[in-house]
Amino acid sequence: MILVFAAVAVWIGAWAFNGWLANGRFSDLASVRLAVPLIFGATVIVVWELIVRGLQVPPVILPPPSTIVGAFFGNFGVLWPDFVQTFAKGALGGYVIGCGSALLTAILVDRYDFLRRGLLPVGNFMAALPIVGTAPILVMWFGFDWQSKAAVVVVMVFFPMLVNTVAGLRDTSAMQRDLMRTYGASYWQTLFKLRFPAALPFIFNGLKIATTLALIGAIVAEFFGSPTRGLGFRISTSVGTLALDMVWAVIVVAALTGTAFYGAVAWLERRMTFWHPSQRK
Amino acid sequence: MKALGPILAVVAAIIALWYVAAVPMNIQEVLTQAERAGAVVEPEGAMNRRDVNRFALVLRNADHLGESWSMERARLPAPHQVVKELWASTWDEEVSGRRGIVKSGSLSNRSLIYHGSITLGATIVGFLIGSGLGILLAVGIVHSKTMDMSVMPWAIVSQTIPIVALAPMIIVVLYSIGVEGLLPKAVISAYLSFFPVVVGMVKGLRSPDAMQTDLLRTYNASKPQAFWMLRLPASVPYLFASLKIGIAASLVGAIVGELPVQRGGLGARMLGGSYYGQTEQLWAALLFAAAMAAILVWLIGWIEGKTLRRMGVTQ
Amino acid sequence: MNQPVISASHLDLTFQTNDGPVHALRDVSLDIGKGEFVSFIGPSGCGKTTFLRCIAGLEEPTGGTLAVNGLTPDAARRSRAYGYVFQAAGLYPWRTIGGNIRLPLEIMGFSKEEQAERVKRTLELVDLAGFEKKFPWQLSGGMQQRASIARALAFDADILLMDEPFGALDEIVRDRLNEELLKLWDRTGKTIGFVTHSIPEAVYLSTKIVVMSPRPGRITDVIESTLPRERPLDIRDSAEFIAIAHRVRDGLRAGHIDA
Repeated sequence: MILVFAAVAVWIGAWAFNGWLANGRFSDLASVRLAVPLIFGATVIVVWELIVRGLQVPPVILPPPSTIVGAFFGNFGVLWPDFVQTFAKGALGGYVIGCGSALLTAILVDRYDFLRRGLLPVGNFMAALPIVGTAPILVMWFGFDWQSKAAVVVVMVFFPMLVNTVAGLRDTSAMQRDLMRTYGASYWQTLFKLRFPAALPFIFNGLKIATTLALIGAIVAEFFGSPTRGLGFRISTSVGTLALDMVWAVIVVAALTGTAFYGAVAWLERRMTFWHPSQRK
Repeated sequence: MKALGPILAVVAAIIALWYVAAVPMNIQEVLTQAERAGAVVEPEGAMNRRDVNRFALVLRNADHLGESWSMERARLPAPHQVVKELWASTWDEEVSGRRGIVKSGSLSNRSLIYHGSITLGATIVGFLIGSGLGILLAVGIVHSKTMDMSVMPWAIVSQTIPIVALAPMIIVVLYSIGVEGLLPKAVISAYLSFFPVVVGMVKGLRSPDAMQTDLLRTYNASKPQAFWMLRLPASVPYLFASLKIGIAASLVGAIVGELPVQRGGLGARMLGGSYYGQTEQLWAALLFAAAMAAILVWLIGWIEGKTLRRMGVTQ
Repeated sequence: MNQPVISASHLDLTFQTNDGPVHALRDVSLDIGKGEFVSFIGPSGCGKTTFLRCIAGLEEPTGGTLAVNGLTPDAARRSRAYGYVFQAAGLYPWRTIGGNIRLPLEIMGFSKEEQAERVKRTLELVDLAGFEKKFPWQLSGGMQQRASIARALAFDADILLMDEPFGALDEIVRDRLNEELLKLWDRTGKTIGFVTHSIPEAVYLSTKIVVMSPRPGRITDVIESTLPRERPLDIRDSAEFIAIAHRVRDGLRAGHIDA
């Protein structure tokens, strides 16, 4: 019971400290802006640990963070091949193929107005559908290994990417297009010198949405069948044996991967669209 | 409706492509069946054909493709087969089936309407909980700087995490302590719709520009007045945009939540179809889920249109 | 006057809109000789921008003939006969100032050395030397517009078409850019077509002022300026300047009355 009181005390204390930081004189410092969420995150973990131990919550329901960290490092040898299987092969492979083909399709669609008016509403419609549902079909077609996961990812990322790119390629002003005409520029010159750079912010928006979708697709597809490795496979088998610490360790891996993947794309975006008003400092 | 022509053309092209694709996709099974019926197929024997390229098989056996669009348990059932299955497992099953609602008084557990309603229930309950909590948290974030700085970065980071991966664990854990049925799936749905709504709503509540807030300050308006008269109305378009994302995410959550414990629902139906090779059933469930998603998103769009019109934002 | 560089005769342009046809230009005839500085002035809707766009081959006239360097406007556009300066600078934010000036040179296939050389020269011409590596959004509005003029000058076309290039700038910046533009015109001997709705600007800059009026867009007066080629800013206080400005104003008013 003492631990529970300690948890309450920690919560109140940390919240008060954060309140002081956030409303104080230094609240606009970059270090404070970073510290406040980190303190909050750490508080949640500490409170979680104290409550689980204090109330003696059975580990099959909610293991304490310390156990999860232990499982993460203790099973590193298992988790690494899982990560390679799901992320490096399935998610990344599908991401590259899906986004690449969507980009090329977008250029084609953009060139023919009829295609654009037909495909864009269909693409918007498809982007809202529960496409994960195609996972069992694609697993049936492409087998249990990473190829089927990549296929699911391709289908999932294709339409959001297509819709964003097509919208971006149209995002030029009449004046900018007239300028290219006064130079007597060809279609491809206009595409590469004007429309493609102008579309980059939209393309990156699509790429960022696609990062999360790619991981979801790759993991969920493994629920429908996989070789004996992969993050989705690990989750479903560990859930089956109620090894919840392992499940949480996998979730930590998935969370870190997702954030890092997104962060990498966002970093690239900063590098390549530094000129866009939303990116300027 | 000038836009309708191109859309119909694209849809027609997709269906045509589907029919064409069904031929090479189903070629192995079609040839095996034809051979069994006594036709001369090249090369002979299913074993010899296994490693031959699909397109080569199609070209070499052009006379025996008749069954491509009518195979049972085809790798890729033709569109009309899926439509037939959709009809059989909805209207037909309920109206003329022995277990249908007309003859037995309750929905048949073999119909998509029954499974769809299970999924729909979890989706709606979860969506309402998730978006409700999301709106509340957004209001809190806008009014408390502590909350903003502590929680908002995590809300944003959480959108980059494949949260759906949590689904089976939540289901099984809640199942192990005796909670099953609608609630665990609703928890997942709520979780998935929660963060998009928080982020969208915060953006919306902050959308009034400095001039508009300064105007209210010149009236010496109180904080609640500023909230009800400026921030909340300004947030409505953002709210609806994120509600559309939220409901689609909720539906995906409910479907994925139905995978680990097979107690009905579209997800269970899909997994069942995949286990037993009932591809038509699988495709029918998929199309049914797609239609449901489309209707739900459309419904929110419709409410959005009504609301914005009443608020005078659009005509 | 020798062979005109731009020659329009009985030019008509009618847009079909939902409210019926709009006569943007009717029966416009005008010759512009080599090295002239011609301003087009008139209220909005008088077709001055449309006329400039016709010369640039960006609009297709529906009647009459128009020749630029003896070619059709479209052929002239493809032979890169002119540089065009728009109302806004319209620099590409993802390219540096140097990169923006290099843009037409890349499209027209100049060699790398030639590109570098021309970028340097035109930047000096518009007094932006040293800003080559800056991005457009790091510069003031006036500097951006100067860069866009440099972009139009870079490939050394004989004709410069400017569509209210200083319309969005404040008066002080505008005065300075007007002065610089005159110097530039003097040094390069280009033929300039300049759209404006400021009377002082038109009178100060031009050798020929074309007054236009709307509905339908047409030319109501062509005024040959008697001002000397050398024009300090204070020439605007001279009696001659004021007399010309009067005539322009009268032309504008006459166009309004019978409209």
